[in-house]
Amino acid sequence: MDKTWNNRAWFLVLPVLALVAFNAIIPLMTVVNYSVQETFGSNVFFFEGVKWFQEVLRSERFHAALGRQLAFTSIILLIEIPLGVAIALTMPRKGPMVAVCLVLMALPLLIPWNVVGAIWNIFALPGIGLLGRLLNGLGMDYNYTRHPFDAWVTLILMDVWHWTSLVVLLAYAGLIAIPDAYYQAARIDGASRWAVFRYIQLPKMQRVLTIAILLRFMDSFMIYTEPSVLTGGGPGNATTLLSIDLVKVALGQFDLGPAAAMSIIYFLIVLLLSWIFYTAMVAQEERR
Amino acid sequence: MALITLDNVAHSYSPRPKGPEDFALKELNLAWEDGGAYALLGPSGCGKTTLLNIISGLIMPTQGVVRFDGEDVTGMSTERRNIAQVFQFPVIYDTMTVYKNLAFPLANRGVPADRIDARVREVAGMLELTDSLEQKARRLTADAKQKISLGRALVRSDVAAILFDEPLTVMDPRLKWQLRSQLKKLHHDFDFTMIYVTHDQTEALTFADKVVVMYEGEVVQIGSPEELFERPAHTFVGYFIGSPGMNLAEAEVSGNTAVVAGHVIELDRAYPALDGGARIEIGIRPEFVEITSGADGLPVSVQRVDDLGRVKVVMVRLGELAFNVIAEEDTQIAADDVRMRFDKSRIQVYADGRIVEGRSVGGRPIESGAA
Repeated sequence: MDKTWNNRAWFLVLPVLALVAFNAIIPLMTVVNYSVQETFGSNVFFFEGVKWFQEVLRSERFHAALGRQLAFTSIILLIEIPLGVAIALTMPRKGPMVAVCLVLMALPLLIPWNVVGAIWNIFALPGIGLLGRLLNGLGMDYNYTRHPFDAWVTLILMDVWHWTSLVVLLAYAGLIAIPDAYYQAARIDGASRWAVFRYIQLPKMQRVLTIAILLRFMDSFMIYTEPSVLTGGGPGNATTLLSIDLVKVALGQFDLGPAAAMSIIYFLIVLLLSWIFYTAMVAQEERR
Repeated sequence: MALITLDNVAHSYSPRPKGPEDFALKELNLAWEDGGAYALLGPSGCGKTTLLNIISGLIMPTQGVVRFDGEDVTGMSTERRNIAQVFQFPVIYDTMTVYKNLAFPLANRGVPADRIDARVREVAGMLELTDSLEQKARRLTADAKQKISLGRALVRSDVAAILFDEPLTVMDPRLKWQLRSQLKKLHHDFDFTMIYVTHDQTEALTFADKVVVMYEGEVVQIGSPEELFERPAHTFVGYFIGSPGMNLAEAEVSGNTAVVAGHVIELDRAYPALDGGARIEIGIRPEFVEITSGADGLPVSVQRVDDLGRVKVVMVRLGELAFNVIAEEDTQIAADDVRMRFDKSRIQVYADGRIVEGRSVGGRPIESGAA
């Protein structure tokens, strides 16, 4: 049978092409464009090659921000994933309390991010905040606006409060999908509580936990709003994570070239780490 | 191995049952003999699984006492009851090898490693799993996974009973036969008490020495496959067992005659007065009805003939009533003037679904069941 060639059909692809161009290709290319040029204002640009990339990659400031970012992400993953699983395990599997628990769990997720930052900013203020006054009343010298350690503790507490629910909900979804027969069989086999967790619940949650870890990794690696409202990167540079540093360079100092180069490096790091995470976790599942 | 008795056991899933309709399992008394092979047969939702879970301790009955060898175990946990159960769908521990899966119930009970090893290899041999012992269990087919579930039950040599909850549902037909006969052989060799839940009559009748038929939360008959066939104690048993099931027709019974759709049928036994508002039916299996062309018998019209090879199933009508007749394959079925004749010694009488005992007439003793 002869095929009818009609090149006008290509026009049907145009809307998608336009959408993708507007929301991804054009902004990204603009950044790529800036990253290889220098400007002194007045819309005059000079080509600089890979100079900004070399500068960013060698800059101690960038290394420090990246280090803080990695530390932050590792700490919250280490807290939120086990805590989320633990909470999900204690939630009821059926009955009227299920709805109550789910709503309570979903609440933090429904609060706008800058509001979360504002809530914790006020909550932890040493002079007037509930938490701040309580800790100082207990004799601790707690002040997150002055002590880097306190700022970190507050930042991590805030993220745990905000995002552990996501892990809980995902883990819970994995748990309730386990048929009763598995628990019954485990009882008949005389399995201990730990064995039930290790050989039934954990393997059955593996898929959703992969997603949870990936989501929490990406989100926390790109976090901006909450720490920006809570500490603004301070005291000093103590809580200046990658995104906050980027905004300081791009909008504070208006160094478009270095900021663009930094954005691209930042983007590639997130992409690379996500890919490594994903491949490692999928490979592990395959191996089982 | 143990004698398992249930005294006045009943179960309701609602916390405050108001009447008998709230009970998934109505009050029953049963004894499962040591070393017996039982089938628990009934339609979906009749309480079979509830009864099984009460025996294994996964459910605590609302009332009544469960005893193993006379010892009250009603409040005892599943773990301590020493019972094995195989579920409808394969339950395996995904991350373990087949070997570890089979060893798991023994390892949890602190059995020494060398004895575990011997037992696992023996069971794997019986189930033809020896070649895949070192594989990850999750990589196997559904059939093989269910074999692992069976294996985990069989590996414990000291269990009081092994309970099977429709374990062959996921198997393909060829394997079903093979595994069923394997189970039967295992039962023969090791003398386990086995209770096998199914809604498949063939499975029940081939597997068990004794079949327990359940219907709407009640045990309606316990008997050998022959007894269930020849003398169903309840119309449900008549209808559920046999293919096609027993013919049932509303009738008026007095003395040793029954009137069905205006025709008088002579019975072998005499029955007491049976009115009192009960629904009276007579039942006869299609195997015991004959198509004749003689003058005796009831005039019927033939609706349909299904040729099943060795036999024919003839669907006939007597007035408004439909009957199935199983006839030899060479039976000639005329176009009209067809009559059917009942083997009168095989007619049973039911009041509200339950069998009514008759008194023999003409000096012949009543044989219950086997002719």
